[in-house]
Amino acid sequence: METHIKEQDNRVVDVKNLFISFRTFKGYTKVLNGVNLHVRRKEKIAIVGETGCGKTTTVYAIAQILAKQARVDGGEIFFKGRDSLRMNEKELKQLRASGISVIFQDPIASLNPVFTIGDQMAEVIRYSGIEGARDPRVQRERTVAALRETSLPDPERLMENYPFQLSGGMRQRICIAMSLATPRDLVIADEPTTNLDVTIQDQVLKILRQRVEEKQSALILITHSLGVAREVADRIYVMYAGNMVETAGAEELFRECLHPYSRGLMSCIPKLSGGGIASGIPGHLPSYYAPPPGCRFEPRCPHAMPRCKQAMPPMYEAAPGHCVACYLYERGTSA
Amino acid sequence: MILKILKRVVSYLLVLLGLSVFVFILVRVMPGDTARLALGPRAPEETVQALRREMHLDKSIPVQYYYWLKGILQGDLGTSVISKRPITEDIAFYLPATVELALLSAIFMATFGILLGVTATKYSEKWPDAIIRVLSYLGIVAPAFLWAVLAMLLFAYLIPILPVSGRISAGIAPPVTRTGLYIVDYLLQGNFAGAWDAFRHLVMPAIVLSFGGISQSARICRASMVSNMEKPYAAAERAYGIPENKILYKYLLKPSLNSFISVTALDIAMLFGGAYLVESIFNYPGLSRYGLTAMLNKDVFAVSAVMLVDGVIVIGFNLVTDIIISFLDPRIRYSSST
Amino acid sequence: MESCPNKIDISQVDVSRIPRRNAGENIRKLWYKFSLNRVSVVGLALILLIAAAAIFYRSIVPYPEHIGAMVDFKNACMPPSWQHLCGTDQAGRDILSRIIYAFRGALTMGVVAILAILPLGGVLGLVAGYWNGRFVSNLIMRVADVFLSLPTLILVMCVSSIMTPSTRNAMLAISISWWPWYTRLVYGIVTSTRNEVYIRSAEVLGANVWHILLKEILPNALGPILTKMTLDFGVAILAGATLSFVGMGEQPPAPSLGAMVSAGVGYLPDQWWMAVFPALAIMLIVLGFNLLGDGIGDMLSDAE
Repeated sequence: METHIKEQDNRVVDVKNLFISFRTFKGYTKVLNGVNLHVRRKEKIAIVGETGCGKTTTVYAIAQILAKQARVDGGEIFFKGRDSLRMNEKELKQLRASGISVIFQDPIASLNPVFTIGDQMAEVIRYSGIEGARDPRVQRERTVAALRETSLPDPERLMENYPFQLSGGMRQRICIAMSLATPRDLVIADEPTTNLDVTIQDQVLKILRQRVEEKQSALILITHSLGVAREVADRIYVMYAGNMVETAGAEELFRECLHPYSRGLMSCIPKLSGGGIASGIPGHLPSYYAPPPGCRFEPRCPHAMPRCKQAMPPMYEAAPGHCVACYLYERGTSA
Repeated sequence: MILKILKRVVSYLLVLLGLSVFVFILVRVMPGDTARLALGPRAPEETVQALRREMHLDKSIPVQYYYWLKGILQGDLGTSVISKRPITEDIAFYLPATVELALLSAIFMATFGILLGVTATKYSEKWPDAIIRVLSYLGIVAPAFLWAVLAMLLFAYLIPILPVSGRISAGIAPPVTRTGLYIVDYLLQGNFAGAWDAFRHLVMPAIVLSFGGISQSARICRASMVSNMEKPYAAAERAYGIPENKILYKYLLKPSLNSFISVTALDIAMLFGGAYLVESIFNYPGLSRYGLTAMLNKDVFAVSAVMLVDGVIVIGFNLVTDIIISFLDPRIRYSSST
Repeated sequence: MESCPNKIDISQVDVSRIPRRNAGENIRKLWYKFSLNRVSVVGLALILLIAAAAIFYRSIVPYPEHIGAMVDFKNACMPPSWQHLCGTDQAGRDILSRIIYAFRGALTMGVVAILAILPLGGVLGLVAGYWNGRFVSNLIMRVADVFLSLPTLILVMCVSSIMTPSTRNAMLAISISWWPWYTRLVYGIVTSTRNEVYIRSAEVLGANVWHILLKEILPNALGPILTKMTLDFGVAILAGATLSFVGMGEQPPAPSLGAMVSAGVGYLPDQWWMAVFPALAIMLIVLGFNLLGDGIGDMLSDAE
């Protein structure tokens, strides 16, 4: 245990071999299939994958806000060296108050519709455990400061507004302001720009990145767009059907991506140099009720081999810091 | 906002007018000769004829309606065949008792409905939720009169701790009428023993009457809170470490109040229906008992008067509910001003 | 756009390969969701049992002659025993036999009265919702408002007090009082789906009004109607029992649950079985419909 904590010194979050399933009307869906992931201090990572691949489940598990139907079948989630799956109420409270904050995909639904922005932000600050958190003046100052830092105009007036009076982009910026109104070790942003106008997506991402850097938090960004991931993250995880299939530094991944699925994703990015509409990846996500026993990408994989059907390939380190879960790279990157 | 409420008021006034036509037609369809009924079988034909003329029963239906409506607007609802008194006086006497009963029932409905609903949400899918669910089924599957009978049995024979009949005990002088609500009137007089006595008489019928409503309110409260619990903002609030109880009672309850209030308000309005039997069983001198007696004795003018009063109460209630909801929900409050 | 390389020639698409919704599978899936909730299965079983008892009462009832006007003062007011499981009433008649027969009246009053009024209430709601804002719609909805401005139970009692008391007239009273609930329900659903793209496109394609109303809009309303209807069976049975409790329903000597309770109240607390068993019977049948209705509601909601 001790060695473990030491070894993970710089890791804010360390997910080890996480299995999660959901109860549905047909039985259990095995959504996470042994996920490994870590985030270091002040590091910004992105998880990229299709809708339904388990990105959100992974981060909800980290933030300890999984739905009731979810069941953790195995694995560990270390937050600053402590297993958050085995935390008691008090530790969880601490984790929530100052450890992790979450920005959700839908800025319309992630603010309470019947309370003003000011009330909601004050409440978050109140339970953040910072000095003077119970003092309404401190709450107000912090709120105004947080709104201003997110370059929202006229914070005082904004605080009196209800969410439905604001645009989607403004609401998402308020969510960012809320998540960073007090110091946090980790910010999780679950597709924060998906529901926004294309024209303001960039702006919101820029603010998110800037704020996370200023506050020296770590960031997990979930997105289905490699482009967005590259813009924000230092390191990228590619996720497919409940598995991390590849991880590498952002630039490294764009220089050379290895896993057949990542390659497919990469070719989906339209290029200015032409070449027509992206080809996409044929097939679709496997059924989670009865997933293939081996590599879950095998049915769609252009390079599938017989052994891919038998067992899930482990992670191979193809280059320093560049890992890929594919038998093609068993003996290095020469494939 | 004010314009909106005014518009509502106007449309409710129209409904009220429609109600008066409806009630009028309904009682006119009643078989039997009202004038003959009023005077008894042995009255001479000329007297009956004279009364018919006086009540405008010899005119065409629209003319009759005109006279009837004119009378109502002047505060004259006709004379009761049974009590032989002006119906206006009867209503003035019986209505406050029913209002007092309904108010206490409404208070029970709202408080217990919310308490049980929130508790069921908090422990959803656990044993307190199951117990509350069973309780609420009991309230829904049995009509008020069954609970009235059961309560009578319980409190009259088995554990006689509560009175089961009337408004006040025999030998206690009724209060000087100011509001007509006995508890309030006693309190205004400073007669606490009297107020306590009136309250004791009121508790049992009020519980019986509100039981079904409590069940409905608790269910709707739980249902809408549970569905709000799945919204991202609830997850966000939890993720920010806001205490569970505060999330429940503040951040989940308030957005859920809309549906709770509309259902509870409907139940409170519907409670006047159940009151017809509960008041009769508990021998409680309220308007609903009066109305039921009138129906059973085909006292047409009294029936139509009571129905109109009930309609006015329900419509007034709807209006108040609309206003409360629009004040609670900023989305409605600001929708016309911004 | 013209140089799009991935142009699809629609005539080349093999329609048979497009997966179709399979009705059988849908029903199985619905049944699965329904059966997940054991409580609603109990409700369904309860209703089927009571309905079967009501239909085949002749072969079940222990004392068929006790249903009508029969007196046997030797056996009056007997407590529950093996001969008379629920005891006997003031005229010495077997209470269980009378309860089983009374289920017929309760079911007809609740179920038949609602089923009879459903088409009218529904169609009025469809019309009012589709032509929302027009005169017809306003007329229908204001009339419904007038009906709804009186508590349903009061309306039912008032209407039946006008008529001579009988089961048929009690049913009529329930039907007359109940239609606006369905009109309002359907109206709400129609107005909220009225502007959906698929309705608009059906209109643009020149679909017949009745096709739009019945094939495009009505299916949206079926779930809520079915749920409300099942729950209302119970509520209407309660209204019917209340009517017969005050003497406005089925007339003696034919048994009705409300009248049996009303007769038994006079014998409380010593001859408790005379009021308690009919009361339990009312609760049982209404409970069945409530459990069933809730189960149907859960089944049709997309909470998966």
